[in-house]
Amino acid sequence: MSADAVVSETDRSEKNRFSDERLAEIEALVKRYPSAQSALMPVLHMAQEDFGYLSMDTQQMVADVLGLRLMQVREVVTFYTMFREQPCGSYLLEVCTNAGCMLNGANELVAHMCKTLQINIGETTPDGMFTVTEVECAGACGGAPVVQVNNVYHEKATPESMDALIAECRAAGGQ
Amino acid sequence: MAIPSDPKQVKQICFDRINIPDVNRLAVARKHGAYEFLPTVLSEFDSARIIDEVKTSGLRGRGGAGFPTGLKWSFVPRNTGKPTYLLCNADEGEPGTFKDRDIMRFDPHLLIEGMIMAGFALGVHDAYIYVRGEFLHEVNVLNAAIAEAYEANLLGENILGSGYGMHLTVHRGAGAYICGEETALIESLEGKPGRPRFKPPFPAVEGFYRSPTVVNNVETLATVPAILKFGGDWHAAIGIPNNTGCKIFSVSGHVNKAGNYEVPMGTSLKTLIEEHCGGLQHGSAPKVVIPGGSSTPWLTAEHYDTPLTYDDMMKAGSMLGSGAIIVMDETADVVAMSRRLAHFYAHESCGQCTPCREGTGWLERVMTRVENGQGTEEDMSVLSEAATHMAGRTICALADGAAAPILSMLQHFPEEVRARLLEKAA
Repeated sequence: MSADAVVSETDRSEKNRFSDERLAEIEALVKRYPSAQSALMPVLHMAQEDFGYLSMDTQQMVADVLGLRLMQVREVVTFYTMFREQPCGSYLLEVCTNAGCMLNGANELVAHMCKTLQINIGETTPDGMFTVTEVECAGACGGAPVVQVNNVYHEKATPESMDALIAECRAAGGQ
Repeated sequence: MAIPSDPKQVKQICFDRINIPDVNRLAVARKHGAYEFLPTVLSEFDSARIIDEVKTSGLRGRGGAGFPTGLKWSFVPRNTGKPTYLLCNADEGEPGTFKDRDIMRFDPHLLIEGMIMAGFALGVHDAYIYVRGEFLHEVNVLNAAIAEAYEANLLGENILGSGYGMHLTVHRGAGAYICGEETALIESLEGKPGRPRFKPPFPAVEGFYRSPTVVNNVETLATVPAILKFGGDWHAAIGIPNNTGCKIFSVSGHVNKAGNYEVPMGTSLKTLIEEHCGGLQHGSAPKVVIPGGSSTPWLTAEHYDTPLTYDDMMKAGSMLGSGAIIVMDETADVVAMSRRLAHFYAHESCGQCTPCREGTGWLERVMTRVENGQGTEEDMSVLSEAATHMAGRTICALADGAAAPILSMLQHFPEEVRARLLEKAA
């Protein structure tokens, strides 16, 4: 698990491989921790950013890069809600429905968004554009209700502002 | 904008620079006092003096537990032959809490300066800020600020020629409430699932990679520069004894102006809500106030005048917690709120302790049928028994937090729950 051993094991013929820049970034990152395992979560974030989601192949690749066993990676991927093992829409709409947001109309908001997109919570539109999920407290209750759109916070969201946002995303196409 | 040296004039500490445009940038922050006192600390203070000042200040941990910070620091053993680590807890996941986010995104240099001072006092050379994964913007702001600080030799080796060096790394979580618990945070930072550790040993003795480790909340660390600049006695004269200093309160729910407000400790709940938050959306007195985040017991209108202190909140039957005040006015549905929070705790239980893993699931399932009108009178005692049997019987306090809203609902609003059962049955 030493920093030197990190990059050497990536010579596999998988579809998803980190770029050389990423590998250099990972090598520098690993040096900031007492052990390479500490870099697992940041590296999974990178993998998800690069490849969209964490397929089993990608998880194996991350394990190899950090010198970990696949199980150590699987354990972390399945424990933390932000790591996805399935692809999601180009626009991931995460609606907080916890206390502060619920008191300010989040349930009605998510129902409206699902109706607009004609999907249920947790589903993706058939064109692969939008996924709507319900999430736990986003830590921005002063701006309730909060919707995260691909990790960008939209505070004091309303049915109208979400309709406008959805229209804007549609106009922009994929990403 | 500067913090007054007369403690009686102090209105806020951590938010002193918060409204200054671009204060996240080093040059601007420095113009307004950031790192001004750091060279003095590094050259004239030693570890014992810093820890003494923080002890004298009466500062208590702002993350929720309220443990005296100076005392926590004094538990760290010296000369163990192992490195000592400083971890900043920026996981901020307690429903209702959103204060640390504002410090990080608006005044990151305040936190960095506090961490350098704390690290210097504790002999730390590697420090980490564990930020909840959703706060991507805050992570980016912090990383930019840290890069500037390295550039200016405020971080890295031989800080400002003092001979002391500290590295600081931002670590991004990935969506797990439990990682706000300090031993779960340590597990997570080691690249594992965030399952709390049994204590003792406490992190001060055996924490990150089994080395001495201090875990402090963002707001706690952000208070340190002012304490060292003005002195522990100065801080101790703000607020009221045993509850000193200022505190940021994150107010949400049915108030007209939700947001973060830093006020001296001892300000009353009513003053905060009426004068700072523009009062309630409906009616004149709250139906429920959850004073310290979703895990703390509920208060009702009867306690509206309670001063915001650790001690007074405890006397009123609740806790100050992280200062996350969730306000419900007369329109609130307490059954729906309890059901929603039960869902949250069931979702966030790490699953290692049976009473919590099973209990949170029970609470959610029973609350769901009560909310949907499929409950029976017996469910009220099932809820009460399940909640009572969870609290205090697990490694960490998540189960206690899950029990609190259920027990509060049953204690304060039994008729409302019963009416719900009858109404749907009819």
